[in-house]
Amino acid sequence: MSFFMDVEIPLGTKLLEVIFIVMGLLSIYTGIKNGLDEENPSRLGTALFWCSLGIVLAFGRWIPPVIDGLLVVIMTIPAILRKVKVGKQNPPTKEEMESAFNRIGMKIFVPALSMGFFAIIFALYTNMGALVGIGAGVLVAIILLMVYSKDNKPQVFLDDCERLLSTVGPLSMLPMLLASLGAIFTAAGVGDVIASLVGNIVPEGNVNVGIIVYAIGMMLFTMIMGNAFAAITVMTVGIAGPFVLAYGANPVVIGMIGLTSGYCGTLCTPMAANFNIVPVAMLDMKDRMGVIKNQIVPALIMILFQIIYMIVLK
Amino acid sequence: MEYAKLLGILIVIIGFAMKMDSILIIMLSAVVTAFVGGLGITGLLETLGTSFVSNRSMAIFILIMLVTGTLERNGLKEAAAKLIGKIKSASAGMVIGAYGIMRAIFAAFNVSFGGVAGFVRPIIMPMATGAVEAQGKKVHEDYLEDIKGMASGMENIAWFFCQVLFVGGSGALLVQSTLASLGYEVELIDLAKIEIPVAIVAVGVGIIYYFIKDKKLVKKYYGNKSNSKA
Repeated sequence: MSFFMDVEIPLGTKLLEVIFIVMGLLSIYTGIKNGLDEENPSRLGTALFWCSLGIVLAFGRWIPPVIDGLLVVIMTIPAILRKVKVGKQNPPTKEEMESAFNRIGMKIFVPALSMGFFAIIFALYTNMGALVGIGAGVLVAIILLMVYSKDNKPQVFLDDCERLLSTVGPLSMLPMLLASLGAIFTAAGVGDVIASLVGNIVPEGNVNVGIIVYAIGMMLFTMIMGNAFAAITVMTVGIAGPFVLAYGANPVVIGMIGLTSGYCGTLCTPMAANFNIVPVAMLDMKDRMGVIKNQIVPALIMILFQIIYMIVLK
Repeated sequence: MEYAKLLGILIVIIGFAMKMDSILIIMLSAVVTAFVGGLGITGLLETLGTSFVSNRSMAIFILIMLVTGTLERNGLKEAAAKLIGKIKSASAGMVIGAYGIMRAIFAAFNVSFGGVAGFVRPIIMPMATGAVEAQGKKVHEDYLEDIKGMASGMENIAWFFCQVLFVGGSGALLVQSTLASLGYEVELIDLAKIEIPVAIVAVGVGIIYYFIKDKKLVKKYYGNKSNSKA
């Protein structure tokens, strides 16, 4: 409680912590609901995953780091063993969605766009940050949806959230785990080793060559791994840090455009099955590479554009 | 012995390339790197715990899901279908381009209508083939294959490059935390701003490329007989 009473801590930080507590409780709700659900084929594993995640999200700030780390390890065990499953769900029927549309109509776009809108407003005009803005947007969206239809009771929101969370499952934790892996790489000094290796090839001090190696490396690594998020952790610590950022290049430009350079790789690889192979099946296409073939030209134009963009703006 | 520190990176690259369980790869790489790098078990747990807690903002999608599912339940997809249905298009290429613009704008607000399964297949494909048939042409089998590929491509390009405009999206959050681990502090709003020209160019490139390709395909399958100059 002393955290929330402390006048020294800015309001934005306190509200963000409230948001984390709400997120944690939603995760714990998902764990308990599935733990009690007799239709879930793996009640214990599912409950263990969502509850330990929820505890770290909601209360991690007040838990010693070693215990937090232990909870993260515990959380990954049922995930790795594929014991996190989906239980009984109540997805909306076609009739339900159509009759709701007939009543609400185009007004539905107002709550849909409110989160992005408030994120920008809060980032630009307050010092509370974009994430608190998203929280405000979510609150406004909930209120609007409740005004639009009396069927939208609190329980509906909770169960719809649980339904989506269970559907995305443990893989939704990938960005957070990758970020933690990046921190471990840095702590262990992996970046320095890569830097000394790549230093033999890339002339030190030539930032433009560094940018080109970084952008093309991001694209190729993403093609091999099928995941730009995994690539950016490795490439930023190993290449961008020592060869580009160390010479004073703008980290906003290099970090962010590096990620979207990776997306050019995502467009070109069957490893990114969700985007490039699953649609082939969904649309009954004959050529397994049919989607990728239509993406190669735009991807090549975009990698070229982004290399030039980084060199110009660095 | 220094090079042994790269073992963790090797595990990530090979693991993802071999399609092993993603979370298993990450944990394995974390454990190996921690031991080779001399962090030990306490150092591993401490770094893991500290980093996970400081990256909790990446789980903001959990809060967003509190409304996403209920928006769907209240007819968001039906509204989107009606919105794009208002556009009268003369060719499949134009339908795909119009969808690209709509997908891009909503992606910037982190709003999705269900991707290929939920939107392209049931709504965009019938609109695209309908535009071809409205010209009195029968949809050629190979042409249909390319329309499907182009629609999926537009879907991916618009989503990838415009979703990063959403302030608080997971991509920018990961970039922010990766840069922080190297000692650079950046703001989410600046990360979004820097992507605006890239997003516009990407969607523009997609629209123009598919429009030109569609024109060429029409010429190839149906000859020059109708509106060759437009």
